[in-house]
Formats: sequence, C-alpha cells, structure tokens
Amino acid sequence: MPPVMFTRRTLLGSVAAISVIGLPRFAFGQTPNDVLVVGHVAELQTLDPAQAVTISDFRILINIYDGLLRYKDGRLEVEPGLAESWDISPDGKTYTFALRKGVKFHDGTSFDADAVKFNFDRVLDANHPFHNTGPFPFVFTLGPIDKVEVLDPYKIALVYKEPYAPALTMLAGAIGGLAGISPAAVKKFGKDFARNGGGAGPFKFIEWVSGQRFVLEANADYFRGAPTLKGLVFRPIIDENARVSEMQSGGTDITIEVPPDNIATFTASTDYIYYQQPGPHLWYLVLNTKTKPFDDKRVRQAINYAINKGAMVTDILKDTATVASSVTPPAFDWAYDGGLKPYPYDPAKAKQLLADAGYPTGVDVTFYVTESGSGMLSPQLMGTAIQADLQAVGIRAKIETYEWNTFLGKIIPAMPADVGVAELSFMTQDPDMHPALALRTGAAVNSGGYSNPKVDALIDQGRTETDRGKRGAIYKQLQDVIYEDAPWVFVANWKQNAVSSSHVKGFQLHPSFTTRFYGTSKA
Amino acid sequence: MASLILRRLMMVIPVLFGVSVIVFLVISLIPGDPARAILGTFATPANVADVTHQLGLDKPLPVQYLIWIDNLFHGDLGRSYILHKPVLDEIMAHLFPTLLLAGAALVLASVFGIVFGIVAAVHQNGFADRLITLVVLIGISTPSFWLGMLFIFWFGVRLAWLPVGGMSDMFGGGGVVDVGRHLVLPAATLAAVAGAVLVRLTRGAMLEVLRQDYVRTARAKGLSERRVIHGHAFRNALVGIIPVIGLQAGFVLGGAVYIETVFQWPGIGRMLVSAISTRDILLVQGGVLIVASAYVLINLITDLMQAMLDPRIRVA
Repeated sequence: MPPVMFTRRTLLGSVAAISVIGLPRFAFGQTPNDVLVVGHVAELQTLDPAQAVTISDFRILINIYDGLLRYKDGRLEVEPGLAESWDISPDGKTYTFALRKGVKFHDGTSFDADAVKFNFDRVLDANHPFHNTGPFPFVFTLGPIDKVEVLDPYKIALVYKEPYAPALTMLAGAIGGLAGISPAAVKKFGKDFARNGGGAGPFKFIEWVSGQRFVLEANADYFRGAPTLKGLVFRPIIDENARVSEMQSGGTDITIEVPPDNIATFTASTDYIYYQQPGPHLWYLVLNTKTKPFDDKRVRQAINYAINKGAMVTDILKDTATVASSVTPPAFDWAYDGGLKPYPYDPAKAKQLLADAGYPTGVDVTFYVTESGSGMLSPQLMGTAIQADLQAVGIRAKIETYEWNTFLGKIIPAMPADVGVAELSFMTQDPDMHPALALRTGAAVNSGGYSNPKVDALIDQGRTETDRGKRGAIYKQLQDVIYEDAPWVFVANWKQNAVSSSHVKGFQLHPSFTTRFYGTSKA
Repeated sequence: MASLILRRLMMVIPVLFGVSVIVFLVISLIPGDPARAILGTFATPANVADVTHQLGLDKPLPVQYLIWIDNLFHGDLGRSYILHKPVLDEIMAHLFPTLLLAGAALVLASVFGIVFGIVAAVHQNGFADRLITLVVLIGISTPSFWLGMLFIFWFGVRLAWLPVGGMSDMFGGGGVVDVGRHLVLPAATLAAVAGAVLVRLTRGAMLEVLRQDYVRTARAKGLSERRVIHGHAFRNALVGIIPVIGLQAGFVLGGAVYIETVFQWPGIGRMLVSAISTRDILLVQGGVLIVASAYVLINLITDLMQAMLDPRIRVA
C-alpha cells in the first residue's frame, strides 16, 4: 500500500475523533464563580499608565493602579485615593497632598512620598535615570508642573509654574494612576516595565498571553479591603460581532461596547443586564471659520439649525447617544449649563439665515468624513445623513472620505482652506481640556482656526480659578458664548454601553469611560 | 536531487530580497501617520514630531530600510512601539496558532478534496458526482468569513456544541482536546474553499488518468478495480494534485487573516489586522515578511515534492 493511503486513513480517523469530542453539548458559562471574564475591545498595549493612550487600556489599568485621587462612583467629582486629603495654596500654584499610610505595592514595597516623587520625576524630567522607560504622550495633561517636593515621608507637594485648575480632575483620571506605580518595579524591569507593571490597586497582574487573555488576581492586601472577585480575565475580542457571539455563547461574563444594532438582542432577554452611561464625549462638526462661507456667524448658525440631530441619534445610533447642545458635555454636571437647549431642527430658519448672509441660492462646501475612528460612532452613515439635511437647505456638501489617521493628519492643526466642514469627536476629563486644545486662538488642534477674545479670556479664567463652584460658572458662561458664536455644529454626546450576564452584580460604568471592577461580584 | 535542492534554494535568496524591499516600501508609503495613530485626537503637532523622531520615521526611507535590514540580519525585527515588546517575540507568540490552523485546514481540505474528487471521478455523471459538484460549487462561491459567521451562529450560539472563538478555554483548558475543539470551526471554515478547489482538480486529474492506456492495461491484466484506482491511477494523478495543494497552502495562509479575526484565533493574521489598525509599522513589516517567507518556503517544498514524485522534473 502506498504511504499516501496510510496518511489519509490516519487523518480521517483523527478528524472523526475530533468531531466526536466536539459533539457533547459543551457546558458554557462555567467560568468560576469568583472570576469575571470580560470581552474587551482591543489587546492591551501597555501596563504603564504613564504610557497608555487608549481608553481600552485605561479601562484595565484603573484596576491595577490607584492615583492620588479618584472619581466618585458614577460622577466626575474627585475624592481621596492614595492621598487622604489635599490643600491648594492661595496662588493656585501649589497642591499639597497628605498620603495614606501603610499602603503596600503588589511587590511588597511600601508606598510613600518618595515613590510619588520618583513617579512624577520619571515622566517629567528628561534626565531622570528611568526617563527612557517612556515616551509619555499624555503627560502634558497633568499641566505645567514645575517640581515635585517631598515635605515629609507622607506629604508631597506638586508645584505648578502657573495656576492650573484642572489639576485635580487630571490626577483623578486614568493617567493620574502613574502616581501609584511601584518604583521598585520600574527599577527592576526598566524598559520592560510596560510588559510587567506593578501598582497598589485592587488587582495585580498575573499573566498576559498575546491575543488570548490578560489575567489579574485580587490583591488581598488592598488598602480598601480585598475585592470580592478572586480574579479578572480580559479577552481581547476586536471584532464586534465576535464580541456579541462570545457573550451569547457564555464565553464572557461581560462585554464592554455592544454595537448599536445588537443592543436589542440583549435588552430583550432577562439573562442579561444592559448598562448605559453618558461620558464627557462630544461628536461635532468643525467649521472652517477662516474662509467663506463659515467666516460668517449666520452661516454657522444656519448649519446648526439645518441638521436633524434627533433623527440621527435615534435612527443611526439607536439611542446610544443624546443630542449635544454645546461644547461642554452634560457629564460634567458641575460645569454644564442645563438651561441651554440644543439648536432645534429648523430648516426654514436655516434657509433664512443663509439668505441673510448673502447666500440666497445656497452654497457649495467640501465636507471631510472619516471611515472610522476612536469615538467617531458611525461616521460614514452620519456624514451621509448630514449631507442630505444640508442639501435640503441649500448647503451642497461634497463628501471626501479618509481613513482615520490620514483624516487627522489632514485637519490637524488646521483644515485646508478649501474645506468647510469636518467631522470630529473628543473625550476629555475636564471641561477645560477640549476648549483649550481646540478653540483657543492658535491652539494646537484648533482645526477651524477659530478665534474669539471673549472665549480665550474665559478659558484662561477657568484654568486659574481653583474654587470649583466659580469654575463651573465660568464654563457655563463659556458654553453660552460658544453656543451663540457656533464655531462648530454640536451633534451628539455618546453614551458608552456594556452588557453582562444576569449573575454579575455590582457592576457600573463610569462617566470617565473607565471600568472599576472592585465592587463587582458574580452570584 | 541534491543539486536541485541547492539550485532552488539559491533562487529563494533574490525572491526574499525582493519581498523585503516591497514589504518595506508598501508599508512605509501607505498614507496615515503612525505617530498620529499612537497619539490620537489629542496629539499636538509637537507631540507628533516627537514621536515621529522617536520612531525614526524622520530619517530618509533608504536609511530606514538599511537599518531595518541590518537588524534583520541580527535576528532583530525591532521593538513594537505600540506593544512595548520585541516584534520577533510577538510574531513567535502568534506563529504556532497560525501554523496549527492553516495546517489543520490544509489537511482537512486535502483529505476531503482528494477523497471526494476520486469518488466523483469514479462515478462520473452519477448521483454522487452531481451531489459533490453541487456542494463544491457552493463551497467555492461562499465567502469564507460569511461561512464562518454561519458556523458560529449555528454550532456556537444556537446548538452550543463548540466554542465560538479563541484557542483554548480561559479556565482549566489548554490541553490537546480543548485546543482541538476550538480548532474545528475555524479550520473547517478555512478548509471549505481550498477543499472545493481540490475536489474539482482531483476529479479532473483522475478522469484524465483513467482514460490512459496503462489503466486499460492494468484492468486488462485483471487487477481489482481498487488496485487500479489506488495503485495506478491515483498515484499518477497525484503529480498534478501536489502543486495545487501547495498553491492552496498559500491561499489558506492568506485566508487565515480573515478567519482568525472572525474566530479570535490568536494567530499572525489577527495580529496583523490589529497591528495595521494601530499603525504598528515594525510589527506589520515583520509579520508580512514572515508570512511572505512562509509562502516562498511552501513553494519550494511543493517544487521539491513534485520532483520526488515525478522523475521527469528531476532531470529538467
């Protein structure tokens, strides 16, 4: 008998064997009661909170690293973290933190003021011996820190070059987790720290199998007490349909970010719990205020009236977003002007304003649309809907579509002169950040070239006012000015979503787009 | 035979060199700025310039290529800026799953393709032949990602016989049986098209051979039909089938890119998809180079196997 025959028969046999093994109904949903499996949108990129740039990374890292401060449950308000209390100097430049005592890092070393100084110096000082463990792309969000001073073993001061009021919200945010890194771990792993990590948070890193799983174990010595869950497993499932199938087949206990079209599948069944949470996100159209026709305020207002945002939110986004009214997302409840209503859908008014501005027969504009992108929801469908609405009032938009990174490169820092409109979205931690980066005269990502001295002044005031009540009032005023001047078309505020099986208890999404699993358990 | 192997190996060198140049150029020239991809919407031009410099992307292309090639000769494919680890480590971590999946799919496709091809040829125009031809037509015309989704829906979600994705269970898994169960759906999906092609080809090759004089002679000698088909006809048909299996190996490797994404199979394909979306240039370059080299290697092996089976090629 020729050897080929032998191979064929053997192989047929093994195929049959595999089929038989596959036949008995596999008991899904048998993940251990105290370990939660999370369907995650992407592979983790780094275990270093100072290097992380994506929301999907921060969602994991927040469970490993505590910052000096943290957000309250469900709100973007700060509360004590590794710092028990804090104090701001009258000039608004020095922030002093009293640190919690007796906190141990996962590697057994102790948390103290020297550790905090090490962590800040590592990212801020280019001459620090461990600066080469970087780069640290988002460190600029911490603000203009001049130096970090150890006042006593449990007291530390951050001294700013100029008053920087967003400091607290930034320190409570995900990048603030860099304050809670174990210096011993950084020294031990060097450049490989990003693959090993080491914090003092409720969960510690155990295993990272590329493309398959990222495993965390409960930190029994966590200073707030050991978490209920014994472990957390994040499975990177990039394809959104695959995420849905895994959830349905019991391969995951919880899935973050369910595509709008699949939400009904889960809300219709009592086997699942559906979660939804607005966050500080804004989806908007940048208008080129430097050239015709959007150099005229009336045309900018006209386009705001022309678009039926309500229909877009219901039909395309299936209510995973709300209609935006202005530059500040409602998630910043302390700074959001609730009295401000979104521009209503009013094509007649839009036509009138266009005519007043000298475009009675309409106007032609070029409209940049992106294929996809972080926080961009359904950019192509939304772009087409917008184009149709604009057509109805006489704004003839010519769509040009680009891949996300190419798109960003084309509109940042400035849109080309012949482009009138571009889609964009932002997620932020503080109401200062977005206007300061994208609306202040000459700001780094001010794509539309917008310039308004009143807006600049209010942004500066908001940055230096350390009293939060007064700060909030400034941002409400800022919103009103921007609303009226309409440098953008405010379209939608995204509500992030998640779905879990019904045996998951105590989970909640957070407006900061991070997910803390400390209080979560499985019944 | 030794000189043939040597000659074929020599030919591989310029091919691989060409592959490296093309891979490097194509990936360097596609639009989209890696620094911008890393930094996202928050990126200020100064940030972007910084990161571009750190990535070495501000150097002229030929210089970037020479650095890359030089490192390559030292077994260093660079360090992924996105994943913060050596590219080679990341590729190695994903190589075995891809080989396993592609290998299983190829074996499945070959076994079913050849068996059903022979059956169809032997029963030419009969019921079995018509049925097989119909199934083959469906197999060839169904996009594999769609077939994969159907499999997931039926066997994973509805019937819950098999896991819908991943390579092993999160808990207590990881053994041969566990991986095997996870392998069934993606391998079957991937094998569908290649298997269908092989059925067609085997059927054609067998029909051709069955008409030859030596088959008639064998029958005339009074050999059993079994011996005639297996011993005489099939062996000769195989010479035409082997290179096509080699070609299919290439297609299976390419198809793995989609299938791995659909089934979350932790292989090179899925790694590449995510590396492309994050503009992880070094990882994409390394990954594509490995896949392209594997393709070249498969061709080499196919050539050599053909030579072993058919003495006429050896002489040429």
